[in-house]
Amino acid sequence: MRAIQYAAPSTVENAIAILAEHGSNARMFAGGTDLIVQVREDGRDTEVFVDAKHIPELVDVSVNADGSTTLGAAAPCHQLYNNAQFTASYPAVVDAARIIGSTGIQGRASVGGNLCNSGPAGDTIPALIVHSAICNIAGPDGQRTVAVEDFCTAPGRNVLQDGELLVSLTLPKPAAGSGTHYLRFIPRNEMDIAVVGTGAFLQLDGESIAAARISLGAVAPTPLFVQAAGDALVGMTADEDSFAVAADIARDTASPINDMRGTVAHRKQLSYVLTQRALRGAKARAQGGSPTNGH
Amino acid sequence: MATEILSGKVHVQTTINGELVDFLAEPRESLLEVLRDNLGLTGAKEGCNNGNCGACNVVMDGILVNSCCVLGVEAAGSTIDTIEGVASPTGLHPLQQSFLENAALQCGVCTPGFIVAAKALLEENPNPTEYEVRWWLAGNLCRCTGYDKIIRAVLDAAQRMRAEA
Repeated sequence: MRAIQYAAPSTVENAIAILAEHGSNARMFAGGTDLIVQVREDGRDTEVFVDAKHIPELVDVSVNADGSTTLGAAAPCHQLYNNAQFTASYPAVVDAARIIGSTGIQGRASVGGNLCNSGPAGDTIPALIVHSAICNIAGPDGQRTVAVEDFCTAPGRNVLQDGELLVSLTLPKPAAGSGTHYLRFIPRNEMDIAVVGTGAFLQLDGESIAAARISLGAVAPTPLFVQAAGDALVGMTADEDSFAVAADIARDTASPINDMRGTVAHRKQLSYVLTQRALRGAKARAQGGSPTNGH
Repeated sequence: MATEILSGKVHVQTTINGELVDFLAEPRESLLEVLRDNLGLTGAKEGCNNGNCGACNVVMDGILVNSCCVLGVEAAGSTIDTIEGVASPTGLHPLQQSFLENAALQCGVCTPGFIVAAKALLEENPNPTEYEVRWWLAGNLCRCTGYDKIIRAVLDAAQRMRAEA
């Protein structure tokens, strides 16, 4: 790796000062599982690594008075699936955290880093979308919030401007009678990048669907919030016929490309099948059970 | 007070295998490079150098990590455990003994990573299923053994360690 500089600020203000001074040559650095490899192998033009892990707001995971959770952007995956309360409240995010890379990667890689890397196939992003996460961004001009489905703008690009950083994500308190699930298709059992990933949120009122959200990864330049698929389910019975309606919309919304991981036709079909499976898993969790597929 | 931006040779103090260690490293040097090139701890191996193979696994502050994806300067004030600290003065660790007896290695390049990773697993879960061992070790690649002997060695070591506990 070519020479870099390293800074470990202990406050958001100090991090912003460095980011503002160095512009796009400075990058926030959490687990490094993407950033170090990108700088080493792709010669990415990053001169200053700004370590996020000494800033309390970036590493803390805390429950707020209103029942929502603030997830520090640099909190590593292993910290989430070893947190029983977080796992119970935000199972789709934990589904994703458990399948990103390996055990060693999960020891370092963060949800916020996965989001800021803004890859179309980033596993945590569809999971954050179905949990209605809000991005808390800080910069030289103050703080702002962005809905997570609006954060990514293109492969590797997002709404962060020079001088800004993602501080944390706010995850609303899970609704009573709700459940979520994220799963992906990969040709192996583990250690791979999603051919398609799908998230689902279901809130049940008895057998009826009170609210639903569906998201897709790896089928467009950014992870997709398929709002029409969730909206179509409202008022329907939570059964296979209804899930097929949402799956049809998900398949029609997906606009994938052909690449080494899959074809357009394959990814369209996966969008249909995985939407059904994600909804089955979300329904099982809404009823106090567990998905029977995925991990 | 503005945060200092470090460049050139940075002085780092850390604890490696229970001993306080000082070293100098440039920010661009990975923890793996520091261990191997600066400190002579060549047990951790460079396989892929991008986080895929696990040959460089070490435990940092109690968490399994790929040392190729950690900067050496990040080790300041942390605790690092490497393969060199696994055996005790009185003999091999049960995992090391089990790897030998089960012929769980051929060329040996992946072995330090497998043993460090498996030790971290057994400390968290002393009685893993075969599935749990395979899942935990999915980030450790071996191109010689076909994995079966490694999985058997880990399960065998786990059984011995439970019997001794």
